[in-house]
Amino acid sequence: MSVKDKKDQNNQVPTTGHSWDGIEEFDNPMPRWWLWTFYACIVWAIGYSIAYPAWPLISKATPGLLGFSTRAEVAKDIAEVEQSLAQINATLANAELTEISADPELLGYAKNKGAAVFRTWCAQCHGSGAAGVQANGYPNLLDNDWLWGGTMEDIHLTITHGIRNTSDEDARFSEMPSFGEILEKEEISQVANYVMSLTGDPQDVTQVAAGETVFLDNCAACHADDGTGDRYQGAPNLTDAIWLYGDGYDNIVAQVTKARNGVMPNWNTRLDEAEIRAVSTYVHSLGGGE
Amino acid sequence: MAILDKHKIIETNATLLLILSFLVVTIGGLVQIVPLFYLDNTIEEVEGVRPYSPLELTGRDVYIREGCYVCHSQMIRPMRDEVERYGHYSLAAESMYDHPFQWGSKRTGPDLARVGGRYSDEWHVDHLRDPQSVVPESVMPKYGFLERKMIDGEYIRDLMETHRMVGVPYTDEMIDAAQDDFAVQVDPFGDTDGLLARYPGAQVRNFDGQPGISEADALIAYLQVLGTMVDFSTFEPDASR
Repeated sequence: MSVKDKKDQNNQVPTTGHSWDGIEEFDNPMPRWWLWTFYACIVWAIGYSIAYPAWPLISKATPGLLGFSTRAEVAKDIAEVEQSLAQINATLANAELTEISADPELLGYAKNKGAAVFRTWCAQCHGSGAAGVQANGYPNLLDNDWLWGGTMEDIHLTITHGIRNTSDEDARFSEMPSFGEILEKEEISQVANYVMSLTGDPQDVTQVAAGETVFLDNCAACHADDGTGDRYQGAPNLTDAIWLYGDGYDNIVAQVTKARNGVMPNWNTRLDEAEIRAVSTYVHSLGGGE
Repeated sequence: MAILDKHKIIETNATLLLILSFLVVTIGGLVQIVPLFYLDNTIEEVEGVRPYSPLELTGRDVYIREGCYVCHSQMIRPMRDEVERYGHYSLAAESMYDHPFQWGSKRTGPDLARVGGRYSDEWHVDHLRDPQSVVPESVMPKYGFLERKMIDGEYIRDLMETHRMVGVPYTDEMIDAAQDDFAVQVDPFGDTDGLLARYPGAQVRNFDGQPGISEADALIAYLQVLGTMVDFSTFEPDASR
């Protein structure tokens, strides 16, 4: 080990005075760059604690000369964006629902804004691509089969008030009974075969005729005599081979026996009118809008 | 530099060095920590925040046991992007009855501070059973076993007494009624007057849609109350905080 620091050769550098088992330590000065950085940090810290909230006093901390507050900051950020979009949002919120598509600029804005709203609030159930989750009862929004109607007004009403929730009195409401408590197993099997026969081949052709009677007595009030459903009650069309809770004999029997009734939140408490109209426009534009 | 020479006494006396080191660390710690207990803006009280009901508290225990906090935070930071995605930024008061708090610092899944009321109970059941069935891109594991694990609130009194010990204002009345409150919260036809008087705004439903009280009931009850206690339509944020 060579001694690199040559300053000690003529004993110019004093030692610290410590001697531990004969080992001594030179008292070389700190590197200048380090020392000045250190001093600069101290000056910065003093300035910082004057400019920003810092020192705790009796009931609050010093607010700082710049008056910085995270709450004010986020409120300012939000207000800035809102102001820059205020005009077009107001136009959107006040436009006739059917007129939005007539104005290309407004339509473009509404579809983009609506897509963002959809991915934040709707995608978890309806899927990020809006294809829904079949078998779980989250409807596909890409097809032209609508439970509660597919016009702008219908979609807007559904999104605003939701479906079968307990938080909005104007929510769309209907309830399919669980026919397991009403019908015999035989009858449920018959009606399932009849429903299958509306769109394709039933599992057991011999039950279809009896199933039609069961259907007319129990189901037709909501699903209509011909099985095309009723949008005023959200009763699905059973003749279009699009299924809310899965297709096939087993799924139909399961839904008839123990009915599931999907719930959608009312969005009027979470989204503003412009956002609701934007996402209505987006959903309407996905393919099935009427 | 006579005073500096004295430090030789400290450096050569390990016990004294230890004691004085502790003293320095203690002062430093007190200066940083103590003001948090009395400054107005760190002890802001907000209307509506109440202790968890017995069922919600049990759900919170399930949440912690299953390590949900490893992937989900419960704190919406005051930034525009977070406020737009998750809702109003979290207030310190909203976790005043959380022991320990569930703020977290890592988000593999989304923040859950305001997940309450955002999804239906049925969605939660589907999602716990098989997260990918509703969110195909999710990496969350399946928790379907929760709905088969039946619970009866056997230890709910102990749990609430423990929380009382660390500062949650559970009254004797609340603790005496704990077992009843626990059971009645999943029974929409039960006598819920007492529960609702003790825990205003508690949601009473059969959360998992199946008979009996399962851990899924408790967890969903907990998730559905998260972030819903404060009414932000009447809350005026004090900008100086």
